[in-house]
Amino acid sequence: MTTDNSSAHVRDVFDIAIIGGGVVGCALARKFILEGAKVILLEKGADILSGASKANSAILHTGFDAPLGSLELECMQAGYKEYLQIFKDFDLPLLKTNAHVVAWNDEQMVRLPDIEKQAHQNHVDNVHIIDSKELFKREPCLTRSALGAVSIPGEFVIDPWSSPLAYITQAVLNGAQVRFNYAVSSGKFDGDGWLLKSMSGEEVAAKYVMNCAGLYGDQLDEALLGRSEFSIKPRKGQFVVYDKAASALLKSIILPVPTQRTKGVVLTRTIFGNLLLGPTAQEQDDRGLAGVSYDELELLKAQAEAMVPGLKNMPITATYAGLRPASESKEYRVFEYKHKHWITVGGIRSTGLTAALGLANYIFKKYSKMSGDLAPLTSIITPKMPHLAEHEQRDWMHAGYEEIVCHCEMVTKREIDAAFSSVIPPNELSGLKRRTRATMGRCQSFYCSARLAQITKGRFVHDLSVDVMASDHE
Amino acid sequence: MTYLSMLWPAIMSEKTLQVDVLVIGAGPAGLAAAIKLRQRGVKQVVVLDREECAGGVPRHCGHPPFGMREFHRVLTGPQYANRLVERASLAGVKVLTRHSVTRLLEGGELQVATPEGILKVVAKRVLIATGVRETPRSARLVTGARPLGITTTGALQSMHYLKGLAPCKRPVVVGTELVAFSSLMTAFSAGVKPVAMIEKGARITARHPCELLPWFKRVPVLLNTELESILGIESVEGVKVRDAHTGKSRVIECDGVIFTGQFTPEATLGRMSHLVVDPDTAGLQVDQFGRCSDPAYFAAGNILRPVETAGWSYREGTSVGGWIADDLERTQSIVSHQEVQLRCEHPVKFVVPQRLLLNRSCGFKYIQLRVARAVKGELAVASETGIIWRKKLSALPERRVLIPLAGIDCAKDSKVLRVYIIE
Repeated sequence: MTTDNSSAHVRDVFDIAIIGGGVVGCALARKFILEGAKVILLEKGADILSGASKANSAILHTGFDAPLGSLELECMQAGYKEYLQIFKDFDLPLLKTNAHVVAWNDEQMVRLPDIEKQAHQNHVDNVHIIDSKELFKREPCLTRSALGAVSIPGEFVIDPWSSPLAYITQAVLNGAQVRFNYAVSSGKFDGDGWLLKSMSGEEVAAKYVMNCAGLYGDQLDEALLGRSEFSIKPRKGQFVVYDKAASALLKSIILPVPTQRTKGVVLTRTIFGNLLLGPTAQEQDDRGLAGVSYDELELLKAQAEAMVPGLKNMPITATYAGLRPASESKEYRVFEYKHKHWITVGGIRSTGLTAALGLANYIFKKYSKMSGDLAPLTSIITPKMPHLAEHEQRDWMHAGYEEIVCHCEMVTKREIDAAFSSVIPPNELSGLKRRTRATMGRCQSFYCSARLAQITKGRFVHDLSVDVMASDHE
Repeated sequence: MTYLSMLWPAIMSEKTLQVDVLVIGAGPAGLAAAIKLRQRGVKQVVVLDREECAGGVPRHCGHPPFGMREFHRVLTGPQYANRLVERASLAGVKVLTRHSVTRLLEGGELQVATPEGILKVVAKRVLIATGVRETPRSARLVTGARPLGITTTGALQSMHYLKGLAPCKRPVVVGTELVAFSSLMTAFSAGVKPVAMIEKGARITARHPCELLPWFKRVPVLLNTELESILGIESVEGVKVRDAHTGKSRVIECDGVIFTGQFTPEATLGRMSHLVVDPDTAGLQVDQFGRCSDPAYFAAGNILRPVETAGWSYREGTSVGGWIADDLERTQSIVSHQEVQLRCEHPVKFVVPQRLLLNRSCGFKYIQLRVARAVKGELAVASETGIIWRKKLSALPERRVLIPLAGIDCAKDSKVLRVYIIE
């Protein structure tokens, strides 16, 4: 990087370049900024959370079932603890739901003590087995065939999008830079640092690189380091979102007794007042396409209706699919390349939302051992996030909102304007949805798409409306 | 205090609005009921609508025919909507737009969001007339990613007729209910050129002469064709369709998908409240006066069932409006009268009303129903003791089927009437 010092143009040299704006990248950006580093986050999509982080079950896990002694457990528990420490400062929501691992047959019933034991080994001490009578008292809408459950009072529900947005917003407010549509294609290491190059030839110089590229983490290692010690095996998860009326059927998160392959299908309330069902687990090669499929969704529905019969008459609000960046091994894949000033944070599976803050601390410690002299920020700016949680005061409850744009989710014009003038404004509809809830409701934009297309015209990478008259002259 | 207190200083107190009848939804049913109520001498009739303008769905249906019965001429949707609003205003109905009812409480108390803040409304009677919407892609569980360009007729219409925009240029139209043809007309008007109309059944669902429209406009109508998946990640690139007979799939290139029909009542307020929602219609459960499970609440229009015309909804609104006026004049509640439940059995898809008060001759003239598939046979109504009414029936899905209530005479101790088909 010293080469540039001699030229007329002095390039900014960042302490840290984070590649990937998922929940892990956002949490790392926040951590490194707070520790006094000069940080840039490079994201190949048009917005943060464009990949794996956009679709998950939004649960804040205690780590009760994580492998003993694993990095995953360590980071989840640290992340859990830190979220509970900071969420109020950011005005982020928390829904204290409790979770129940429910046994539906004798085979599952005999496994409950092991689940309880593992939780205790993981220092999740308040976990305990309850009988079916107690379970039905807590969850009267469950099918009567449930035999018993493990109660995990510390499992909560959070907002999977506002949380990472809060982390990266804080990072930016305190000096971080973010570049979207920046897909790293090559890079050179000169012994002191990296010169990264994007597809379009844009260069970024940084002393250290954090690979948080999620579904593309192994490919990035291969492209820039010449090798990768792991390989991503994308695992698709499909979800069904039930109408808000369905959330009255459940108080807690209903977890299945896990199998070897997957944690299984979860039924949970969401922070937005819906009921969420999923995920399925299907391995696939494609890292970009996450589509739902009719047959799988029907199967999911049948599973849910077997657990909660009241769901049979409940309308479905949305369906979606996400890809988890699983790897060939069931663990987090963190690799440190000291002499290359490079740390790879890979294979962060579905627990990443909980673990991200913990991972950030862990990675920072690793970095500190390689390179020392940062001075933590003394005065820190903390943003307040918009209130999107159903159980909290929403914007429409306060006068002066002009108009409700999305009626199903009660999204106001004021909220949409605020999103566009926020520190990290949305560049596409999906980003606006995650920031405001617009079109996320039961009508899926039957009522509001026209108004929304009008309001957002010219502000997105892809407009919601097309210019039909122009097409006549094509 | 607020603009409302300036409107009616007498009935506004500390952000509470007290009215005789509150109507939710300023579409054909809601406005018709409000007009009737005023004509019957009810003083404070207020209609709330969450949209910017009153008029309901006809507002974004920029083509005829509307209003033949109500105004004795052929109007476009927006013209019709304007006339309704005008008629309501002349009748002394107060219409407040940008008012979103957010909660219904027992006995006629409501929470309303307004740009000026939250308002409490206490009404002697409430009429829910929130209409219907089409089932979007998600609730149909359609395979594929979530590219831009997927929409419904309603969204297409409001985009085009209200904002002069279009969601795509060459869409595939899914479904052949009446509204699908409205979708085609909207598309042509917007300069959008549908590449095909697909229907999984063996025939077009809507009545003759709808099929002439695509023929005339050279849009191929593909029958026995099921939508298998939507292709494309960022934007729609095509649809994969399957032939019901051969099982063979093929791709139709397009840049959008318009899902039409499969209407569902917009019964959210009911679902989120104490009111009973009928699982078959997915709308509010009512008796033959349009009365909900809480006697302070009534319902009319397409909130009762998917789906009827604006004209039908208007007449239904007028009728229910009249019965609300009767109810306000009554000194004794009729709710204590003996009630019988109406239940339907497959292939009857739903019945409206779902409850009958016995020995009350007035109210809806008919039991409305739909069938889930094409049927030929006899339609029957049976009480615990046997069949009490039967008639030959040949019907198709989505077509209106009526049973005259005057013909239904059951024993005083009946609890349940079954409506079914003998094939």
